[in-house]
Amino acid sequence: MRDAFPRNCCDGFTRSQAIRRVLASGKPPVAREWDPRMPIPAGVGIDRRRFLAGAAGGLLTVYGAERLGLTDRMLGDGIARAAALQPANGPILVSIFMQGGIDALSVLAPAGDPLYAKLRPTLAVAPTDGIPFREDPSLLWHPSATSFASLHNAGKVTVFPGIGYADPDMSHFTSRHYWEVGVTDTSVMTGWMGRYLDVVGSKDNPFQGLSMDGAMNPTLATATAPTAAIDQPDNFNLYMSGLWGDGFEWSLQLLTELGDLQRRSHDPAIVQVARAASEVGVVRRTLLPFQGANGTPAYTSPVTYPTASESDLPQRLAGLAAMIAAGVPLRCVALTTDTQFDTHSAQAPTFDTGLQLTADSLLAFQNDLEARGVADRVLVHVWSEFGRRAEENGSDGTDHGAAGISLLIGSRVQGGMIGEFAPLTNLDVNGNQKENVDYRGVYCSLLEQWFGQDAAAVIPKAAQFPRYQLLT
Amino acid sequence: MANLDPSPTDVYTGPFTEVAATRLLWRAGFGPGPGDPAKLAALGLDGAVASLTRPTGPAQLIGAAPHDDEGHPLDPINVWGDDHCWWLDRMVRSNQPLVERMTLIWHSWFATSEQASSAQLMIDQNWTLRRHWLGNFHTLLVDVTKDPAMLLWLNGASNTKFSPNENYGREMLELFTLGADRGYDQDDVHQNARALTGFTNDWDNSGPNNFRFEPSLHDDGIKKIFDQRGRWTWRDSCRLAVNHWSHPSFFLTKLWGYFVGAPIPADTQAALERTYVESHFEVRPIVEAILRHPLFYEGPKLVTPPIVFTAGLLRGSRQTITTTSWAWIAQLTGQVLFQPPNVSGWDYAQWLDTSRWAGRLEAANQALSGFVLNHEKYPYGEHETNEEALRRALAFWGDPKLSDETRARLLGLGRRVMRGLTATWQLPPALNTRQNAYRVLIAMSNDYQAR
Repeated sequence: MRDAFPRNCCDGFTRSQAIRRVLASGKPPVAREWDPRMPIPAGVGIDRRRFLAGAAGGLLTVYGAERLGLTDRMLGDGIARAAALQPANGPILVSIFMQGGIDALSVLAPAGDPLYAKLRPTLAVAPTDGIPFREDPSLLWHPSATSFASLHNAGKVTVFPGIGYADPDMSHFTSRHYWEVGVTDTSVMTGWMGRYLDVVGSKDNPFQGLSMDGAMNPTLATATAPTAAIDQPDNFNLYMSGLWGDGFEWSLQLLTELGDLQRRSHDPAIVQVARAASEVGVVRRTLLPFQGANGTPAYTSPVTYPTASESDLPQRLAGLAAMIAAGVPLRCVALTTDTQFDTHSAQAPTFDTGLQLTADSLLAFQNDLEARGVADRVLVHVWSEFGRRAEENGSDGTDHGAAGISLLIGSRVQGGMIGEFAPLTNLDVNGNQKENVDYRGVYCSLLEQWFGQDAAAVIPKAAQFPRYQLLT
Repeated sequence: MANLDPSPTDVYTGPFTEVAATRLLWRAGFGPGPGDPAKLAALGLDGAVASLTRPTGPAQLIGAAPHDDEGHPLDPINVWGDDHCWWLDRMVRSNQPLVERMTLIWHSWFATSEQASSAQLMIDQNWTLRRHWLGNFHTLLVDVTKDPAMLLWLNGASNTKFSPNENYGREMLELFTLGADRGYDQDDVHQNARALTGFTNDWDNSGPNNFRFEPSLHDDGIKKIFDQRGRWTWRDSCRLAVNHWSHPSFFLTKLWGYFVGAPIPADTQAALERTYVESHFEVRPIVEAILRHPLFYEGPKLVTPPIVFTAGLLRGSRQTITTTSWAWIAQLTGQVLFQPPNVSGWDYAQWLDTSRWAGRLEAANQALSGFVLNHEKYPYGEHETNEEALRRALAFWGDPKLSDETRARLLGLGRRVMRGLTATWQLPPALNTRQNAYRVLIAMSNDYQAR
């Protein structure tokens, strides 16, 4: 019988499990058996060059060629060609979108403020529950954000407690779009990271802009540069009904070549299909070494990630760390939380679980990168489309707000607070917190300080936004 | 069959060929079954459009009833994924495909997810949307506003005079009737939410029930919405929204975009807005005009939405639902029925990327799973030519048309598969491979996926 409250009706049916089961179809699912021949391409200590040398030679010949009838050239081709065009040890920016508008006043709560208790009679974080915020002990991290608190105390999180933009839009789709494209204009159709890739990216490396949502993330929408969407690196595992060996390889090659040809069509719909087909070839070849038997990963993580039936965010991050360590030529990566933080009613359970999972996953990811010795190359940007109304709404929830919270996580961040907590005594006409840091200024600063890129080529009117010191 | 009224705007005057009829079947339905384009083309443009927009009698579901992998009937209320397969079956088997296609459009327009309610309430809503398929938009909006699945999804059932909840009041204006920031502000949203107060429901062990309007929960004070003052109720809220100056242009642009790949021309927009307003928000005349518009036939292609692609594979190959794997596969393709990604529905501008492309390949594999050739003897004869093999594979899918470029590439692959065979035992496996490859490659070709 279906559960009366089917919000969790999908237990045992998360996206990752769905994908695994379908990808394993044709073969009955069996428990993973460790194959000693199977390489761990993302293993700790394997550096980029050695991995790539292996990818072009012995390492993949054993694993990939035997199973799939591939030539060394076909395997090594995509990743080696793409990697050759990428600066060695280049910086990587990872965007984490907490979708729905997370309640910033619960992430970092002004627990000592009597106005807060008045505005949030049922939702307020109790003064005894939270974890004091280093810069300002009158603020408390939510008890579900202990992982953020410990990262912050270690100097690995920069906090923007009042981020947003002037004339805030309270529509999810408009505000989210503004954040995605890096300009408050609904007609812009390329993402801010996508435009960066259009400036610096290569013509044949889809991994430079990688969405890990199982679908293209709009921050990575480009005009010309190729990008890719996957779910996890271990389950991009194509097969074709009734085909194997040469027949399979030639057929897939035909589709990717038709993609290469027809993405130059004058018809935009043909271009959309052809682009995807053309990029599928490189993505598959590059990800083969990450795929174990029956859709299980061929890599292991040096740290333990959380698990949740409602979300595979931690597993996607584990796969990302493995790809980074293996030298997959990434520049910009985007992930979206499975949790929808649009908590109009009964906020607490959704918010608590979602925040906890996000924070714990990102702590594990940081530890993973450090264990693999690649943490200096990675910066994680955590954001949401807006905060929520200061006053709760009576359905034990909160309506759409304006300024919210954003985080930068990594070994090289300055680790403090940028801007200030937006005071509850100075709300806007709609009862929302006002911004004191402009998100476009953060984008400009990221481009300049992290990527060494002139922001004016990417963010319209870049000169008029303030810059913030983001790195140590 | 009823005759169409004259269109208020331009009408396609080119030859109504099988190619034109095929586009009509993909965009106003779920693709052709074998022989359908010829039958439709013979009716001429008006006859073909009328056959879709003015069917007579109740819809018939043609062919075998759907069942799961063990042969059991679907249980859409209680089994995860069976609701998806239940509707997919109607898309595949209905002889009134535009009814299902319009229901799909309204499902995306008034995007509601079963994540907030239950399969039963979602299927109830689905029948409401289907009943209004080419009816009156104002009436549709009224019925959606009090629909239980929607009342839960956008918190209408927890919006009371004691604690207004803006969720529905905002999305109704932004997503359903006017468009973001088109002639309203936050104060209108707030006042609209007040007008919409009063719906509620009970909860017990079997879930939500007893949905009703409770006058004691309604804020009966004066509200000012779009500069008009009154003791507005939820019915006034719907009326004010559809009568707002920015509604007709929003409605037309949005509806047009589901059918045509080019922007709506200004004169067409003006003519259709006039028809829409004068008819008090009737949908049928607008759809009949769009389906006869020159740009519908001469404009650019559209990427086929994943569920239409999937239903089209099954219609073209004369198959029905014999597995509930379709629900899993739908997740990979990016379109699970009753689970739109968010309150704005599916993004019709961006259906494909590497991940969803791989999902469509799974759909093609599933549609082919009962037909894989791996016999020791090739069933269609060992003297089959390359051209015959391609024709046979095209016939498997109901004879879709391919571009010359795609066709030439496929024939090249066929030659490659058959090249250099050195022993007679190698012939049947090679013929099997050629036919298996042609079938999957046709379905995955760019030509097949953009129509």
